[in-house]
Amino acid sequence: MCLAVPAKIVKLDGPNATVEVRGLTRTANVAFIDDPAVGDFVLLHAGFAIRKWSAEDVAEFDRIMKEVEEAAAECDQEEKP
Amino acid sequence: MSFSSTLLSMSSLMRELGRPVKIMEICGTHTMAAFRSGLRTLMPKGLSLLSGPGCPVCVTHDGYVDQAIALAHRPDVTVATFGDMLRVPGSEQSLEQARAEGASVRVVYSPLDALQMAREQPQRKIVFLGVGFETTAPTIGWTILQAAQEKLSNYRVLCAHKTIPNAMEALLSSGEVKVDGFMCPGHVSAIIGSNAYEFIPRKHGVPCVVAGFEPSDMAITMEMILRQLTEKCPRVEIQYQRAVTREGNAKAQETLKRAFVECDAEWRGLGTIPASGLAIASKYAAHDAAPLLAGLPLPAAKKHTGCRCGEVLRGVITPPECPLFRKRCTPATPVGACMVSSEGTCAAYYKYAAIKP
Repeated sequence: MCLAVPAKIVKLDGPNATVEVRGLTRTANVAFIDDPAVGDFVLLHAGFAIRKWSAEDVAEFDRIMKEVEEAAAECDQEEKP
Repeated sequence: MSFSSTLLSMSSLMRELGRPVKIMEICGTHTMAAFRSGLRTLMPKGLSLLSGPGCPVCVTHDGYVDQAIALAHRPDVTVATFGDMLRVPGSEQSLEQARAEGASVRVVYSPLDALQMAREQPQRKIVFLGVGFETTAPTIGWTILQAAQEKLSNYRVLCAHKTIPNAMEALLSSGEVKVDGFMCPGHVSAIIGSNAYEFIPRKHGVPCVVAGFEPSDMAITMEMILRQLTEKCPRVEIQYQRAVTREGNAKAQETLKRAFVECDAEWRGLGTIPASGLAIASKYAAHDAAPLLAGLPLPAAKKHTGCRCGEVLRGVITPPECPLFRKRCTPATPVGACMVSSEGTCAAYYKYAAIKP
């Protein structure tokens, strides 16, 4: 239940925002974030941004996801006859 | 440090310790991630991961589900809920079964969706099921404050929120399970901050490390706990620095303080734990769904014969030790909540037990 995903703010209207999550857009609430701005990356849980991510955080997440995807591709390769 | 270097370091630290080590994860998402990624099969011999009471759906008692069903049968009420709650068994049936019989139950992605339903359907009472830990509670707290501001008197919450640190204290104080270290929940900690666990190493001498959810995050976390054990210096550390600070999210904490008050809470499997729950603050009593239960028939509490969910939630046994596991209790016909939830320990073992019990 405590899942959260990274999202990018693409539009802001008070506490309401439009965010992009891996190519999909949806509405979100940014009331728990200090100084939200268009272009910010946030961690999204149940429609609420619970933490702003720095550029370094985003880069680290991308690096981990790349590592996971590479490992998965390696497994797929090994499974092929 | 690369993933393979982390695993090598874990093995070396285990050799140095020269004894078995049990690390408890307090988050259902960690439970599932450890199985799904295969991490459990890569851990050095003697190191085991124990699942704690970290799935909010699993620790919600039958009586709460009965109340939600009774409300959903009221002709003027629609119950809105996260999908996780739909199949949790109550004393006689689940919300999903009640919906099939005509009860009004809607699955939503966010409490904001339930608030919007209240705006669009002023003639109906919209009751949101307030289940979840500190990650989720502020989001629901915000909708309560917003409903009060907009004077949306038809928006209510049936509150059963729980808080994590006092449940960890109850587990340690019971002495029933020996835990060598805690892998603390990442997103709960994003709200409450890692300072909330400081009493654990101080009082119980048990290391706490807040972990992220990728396999490498969890492996590094275990390595950090093992290092603390070899150094004999238990403390609170944050591995998941992308999301967690020592202080947590001040705005979300403020929302929790305004919308809720601390209360004793009943946990499935753990009993009543003092000051481990959240009740709606009296100022917002108009948005509390509990008064709507007055006069509604509720089934008598039923004990699920043979179900050992409680011991699973306390880390006393693993699911295969329950006589119902994979026999009478399966994801298609769950007896206990731990088999229902996608983050439940029994569901994780059912799906992945062939990998490692």
